[in-house]
Amino acid sequence: MSVVANSNENKKILSSGRIHPKMFALMMGMASIVMMFSGLTSAFLVRKAAGNWQNFKMPEVFVTSTIVIVASSIILHASYIFLKKEKFAIHKILLAIATALGCAFLYLQWSGWTQLDQIGIHLNGNPSGSFLIVIAGTHALHILGGLIFLVTYLFYSMAKHNVISNPVQQLYESSRPHRFIGMQLLLVYWHFVDVLWLYLYFFFQAQYV
Amino acid sequence: MAHIDIDIHEGHAHDHDHHGHRHDDHHDHEHHEPGFVMKYLFSMDHKMIAKQFLITGILWAVIGVLFSVLFRIQLAWPNETFPILETLLGGWAEGGKLDPEFYYALVTMHGTIMVFFVLTAGLSGTFSNLLIPLQVGARDMASPFMNMLSYWFFFLAGVVMFVSLFVQTGPASGGWTAYPPLSALETASSGSGIGMTLWLTSMALFIVSSLLGGLNYVATILNMRTKGMTMFRMPLTIWAFFFTAILGVLSFPVLLSACLLLIFDRHFGTAFYLSDIFINGEVLRNSAGQIIEGGSPILFQHLFWFLGHPEVYIVILPAMGMVSEILACNSKKPVFGYKAMVYSIMAITVLGFLVWAHHMFMSGMNPFVGSIFVLFTLMIAVPSAVKVFNWITTIWKGNINYTPATLFAVGFVSLFISGGLTGIYLGNSALDIPLHDSYFVIAHFHIVMGLAAGFGLFAGVYHWFPKLFGGRMMNTTLGEIHFWITFVGSYCIFWPMHYLGMTGVPRRYYSFNEFETFSVYAELNIFMTVAAIVVFFAQFLFVINFFMSAVSTRRTKSKNPYNASTLEWTTPIEAGHGNWPGAIPEVHRWPYDYGKDGYETIPQTIPDSRLNEIEKKGGRTSR
Repeated sequence: MSVVANSNENKKILSSGRIHPKMFALMMGMASIVMMFSGLTSAFLVRKAAGNWQNFKMPEVFVTSTIVIVASSIILHASYIFLKKEKFAIHKILLAIATALGCAFLYLQWSGWTQLDQIGIHLNGNPSGSFLIVIAGTHALHILGGLIFLVTYLFYSMAKHNVISNPVQQLYESSRPHRFIGMQLLLVYWHFVDVLWLYLYFFFQAQYV
Repeated sequence: MAHIDIDIHEGHAHDHDHHGHRHDDHHDHEHHEPGFVMKYLFSMDHKMIAKQFLITGILWAVIGVLFSVLFRIQLAWPNETFPILETLLGGWAEGGKLDPEFYYALVTMHGTIMVFFVLTAGLSGTFSNLLIPLQVGARDMASPFMNMLSYWFFFLAGVVMFVSLFVQTGPASGGWTAYPPLSALETASSGSGIGMTLWLTSMALFIVSSLLGGLNYVATILNMRTKGMTMFRMPLTIWAFFFTAILGVLSFPVLLSACLLLIFDRHFGTAFYLSDIFINGEVLRNSAGQIIEGGSPILFQHLFWFLGHPEVYIVILPAMGMVSEILACNSKKPVFGYKAMVYSIMAITVLGFLVWAHHMFMSGMNPFVGSIFVLFTLMIAVPSAVKVFNWITTIWKGNINYTPATLFAVGFVSLFISGGLTGIYLGNSALDIPLHDSYFVIAHFHIVMGLAAGFGLFAGVYHWFPKLFGGRMMNTTLGEIHFWITFVGSYCIFWPMHYLGMTGVPRRYYSFNEFETFSVYAELNIFMTVAAIVVFFAQFLFVINFFMSAVSTRRTKSKNPYNASTLEWTTPIEAGHGNWPGAIPEVHRWPYDYGKDGYETIPQTIPDSRLNEIEKKGGRTSR
């Protein structure tokens, strides 16, 4: 609604150095995702302690996928740095690469599950394998959510951020508080799901021995 | 009643905004009026979303309470038949007697509907939405769009749950806690089939709604406060909504994990919660032919109660906040021990996360682990007692205006004390051995959580009705009759249950015909059922009052009918989207300057330098 978006008070709030309300909402959202995965990994530990637990070696492809998602995160960060420097062309290229790597991660996770299937670890087998598939699958859904936003943002940035010739508009644009909030939200979330996977990866590596 | 209209537009005041005038006429110029669909259905105005939550909640409350009346009838007259039940329920009450399967479905649905749809969405959804932006001085929520989504996810959850009432095998019937294996095996009971699937779908949607709402509430409170509204100048309502939202955001995801694993057990052959299940002497195998083993049903209980216990605080904290506000406003005295109240809410929130296993003392838990949970559980009595004493001292020697809202608020305190005391019994793992799963538990949680939160909801609706419906007030006489029948009736329903429970009458039983010991309670059961029926019909006084008043043409002329100090009473009587037509008011003091220096009320918007603008009457002079 226009009343809300254009009100002066909102601008005052936004320029006051307080954290952007959307960033804050995202942080709360991440806290709730953390709770969800702590619930799942606690369930994993409780179940493992109860015995009748089949250990197995995680397929090598998960190492590759881990490297890919970390790389994606780093490249997205670089993309953000170039955005701040107003080097929009490089920003867009890096953004596209980070998105592609995100897709590659999902593909690698998928092939990881296929390989698990080949070595006899099925969803409906021993809970040790079910846990891996369900938890990594839930994580993949969170990556997918991030990818949807990345792709949307990519299309949006293709259309925008062209060089502004009008100096007044340029000045206005450069002094706008939180002008990169969209990218910042994206970046924080992407780093978050990256770190979340690192946690899960090392958790699984430590548990399946 | 003395009232003060404060012009909030300092300096650059709108010259067409004067005392006593209707303020709603010029506001529409600022943005074009949205059409019916955008205004009433897909509204992003927090006030409209609050009304949507409230009205949906009321509809669910009628269904939920009706279900309890149906199963109370079975408990009171287990040998009688009621042909009307067959007319109403068809195959579920053949020959006018409830089918046992349907009895369990009713119990399950009553719990689910009341806890989640009425007391979580109807209470916190309504008042967090209505009051957070109004009381912290914001145009709307941090994200009005997410707020709208929050309502529509709740609505969808409701639709799915409603549909489940009409499927042929019946709705979920394994209890509102949905413990496996009853909930995990589709063949376990008739309600474990499609009914349970719909239940899980509905809960997943409800969790999404709750998370979207909660994120917004916290972000709004922390980021969108007006100038001068420091954290310790926030009304206690806002503190309560704040911690409620935090509880929800951190505990609902764990329920989602629990439901996720349950869905996999139900539909994808995993064995997270299942082990060594035998059906008709045959061991249960999955689709791959392997024996399902190695799961742990206790694991579900841990995950469930990690939400389930914070959930009761999600239900009660908003009611506590509103009661504090209503008692202070209507007795024209500051809340006694404001900071103690804030820290109590905080303590309840933190401890609320550490007590979940007191629901599981009898699950074979190590007694030493149990003792830790006993300790934390009993510690909750401390902040709870602080709050109770502070409510009593707040109204002590106050100039009390007994509106229906005040009555319900006082009723809340009474119920919270009665129900809270039995909590001290149940929190002890040793006493829990005879009392668990008995009517004592039913009496405890209905009084302390169900009724008390319900009374908070009623108090809030009566008090803030003029804010919800453009200056209209609910009928006071009907409100008083509603209060007295509900208050006395509720005690009549639940007080006797303590005696049943102490002698070991178990909960969730369809009939006690087989138990000679319990036949002494036949008349008491009839008494409780009659009380339940009376209370049920008394609620229609409220429903009628609510809808008649909402369309009434009589409106208060005052922006601030209770002479309250908080910000929501500085908006125009019919505030548009954005709440204040001019600038957002600034805040100069805490919200409870009642009876200070001879002023009955000093609104939060008045700095000391402008005290001469308000009337000095009715207030107690400081002694």
